[in-house]
Amino acid sequence: MPSESLTSMENGAAADTAAAIRNYVRANMTALRDVDLRDDDNFFEKGFVTSIFAMQMLDFIESTFGIEVPDDRITLQNFSSIDSMTRMVGELKHAAGE
Amino acid sequence: MRQVSEEQTRDPVVRARLFAEHELADRAGEFDRTGRLPRDVIRKMADEGLLGAAVPKRWGGHGLDPLAYGELTESVGKACASTRALLTVHTSLVCETLAERASDRLKGKYLTDLATGRRIGCFALSEAEAGSDAASVTTRYVKKGDIFVLDGRKKWISFAGIADLLLVFANDNGVSSAFLVERDMPGVEIHPMSGFLGNRATHIAEVSFTDVEVPAENLVSGIGLGFGFVANTALFHGRYSIAWAGVAIAQAALEVMCAYATEREQFGTRIGSHQLVQKMVADAVTQVAAARELCRRAGRLRLERSTDAVMATNIAKYFSSTIAQQVTSDAVQVLGGNGCWDQYPAERLFREAKILEIIEGTSQLQQLMIADYGYKKFAVRSRGGEDEVL
Repeated sequence: MPSESLTSMENGAAADTAAAIRNYVRANMTALRDVDLRDDDNFFEKGFVTSIFAMQMLDFIESTFGIEVPDDRITLQNFSSIDSMTRMVGELKHAAGE
Repeated sequence: MRQVSEEQTRDPVVRARLFAEHELADRAGEFDRTGRLPRDVIRKMADEGLLGAAVPKRWGGHGLDPLAYGELTESVGKACASTRALLTVHTSLVCETLAERASDRLKGKYLTDLATGRRIGCFALSEAEAGSDAASVTTRYVKKGDIFVLDGRKKWISFAGIADLLLVFANDNGVSSAFLVERDMPGVEIHPMSGFLGNRATHIAEVSFTDVEVPAENLVSGIGLGFGFVANTALFHGRYSIAWAGVAIAQAALEVMCAYATEREQFGTRIGSHQLVQKMVADAVTQVAAARELCRRAGRLRLERSTDAVMATNIAKYFSSTIAQQVTSDAVQVLGGNGCWDQYPAERLFREAKILEIIEGTSQLQQLMIADYGYKKFAVRSRGGEDEVL
């Protein structure tokens, strides 16, 4: 079990990751719809973003967090919500020893 | 013709320009009239490394950066639009997409052959009822054990008439996936099409798939990633190529227009001295320069892997295809009767320019995306007493 301080650091990192992803998603959502975006919303199903968004999101994650998303992680499910992307980034960073 | 040093002749971009000037420019009219791009031209493109220009060296390409590849595209496109179209389809839509989205195993199987020109690729997305609404393709796939079975029909597929490998998009109950299909696989039939306004030498064809069995390893990326990731990656690269194609055609039309205006005499003087002709030339010079800079900006952002590169590419594609139409129209106008005659290049350039406003996302689709970007970037709304730029 991780120490309390380590857990706190991990939670902080996850919060930072989620915030960065949330800001990027908000900046790229279709402009003419007033939506209240939740972190567990599937924005493809809800039509918040255009079709090209998934590709942009992949580039954003790789360039912002300095990670390479392996082929088997590139699934619509992993890119469908802020929560799922935050989780994936955390796991990939953890696997890279960060 | 510009002189080049020995060192410059080793530069792929310079070599492409020399190839275009020596091998393509004088034959573009012939390709357009005969409706075919001869094999010897494609072979020379392969020998010059053009077909893999933007492909990483690891996979047999030149590994050119986006700016150099754009300049190369302009050189080829200025000489011959149909030959440039092969770069757009084979190199940008297929090779660059596989380089980014395919597994190493799939790259090893196909990408090196494509980059070196041993195989020619084409991009099979459009259907009779799925043009701009590309996600609505009706070509279907079903997974059966270790294979996928494809059924359906694609339309307006550039270079399908001669391609060895097709990047095909299909749906399974709304789940879009992309596959590499070999031309020789049983059940694949190619039906050449003709009668087009432009891109006449791009071997456009319909392709039908009847119970085509595709090995599971030929799935590109993964199940469900066909449109969102693979097609959009391809269109990102294709639009960049088309943006430079617009610069190329407009530059060619500008040169035709200027040469004619400084030689042709009417009313006892060269027509270039008439102010209304000068207006068309001035507009063309300005528009071509602006379009080229938008393309370079998109190229720089792509080089930086900036997330702004997508919109910069859309803007460049929209602008350069629009001005290509305007400049080529003015070139026809300056040449008058000769501008309407196929013994001069102006009418061909005019026809080719129109195509750019339609392919790789129509101008209207670009406008929708650019407007949405404008709202997000520039709308200032007052929230809780504070102004916020969304």
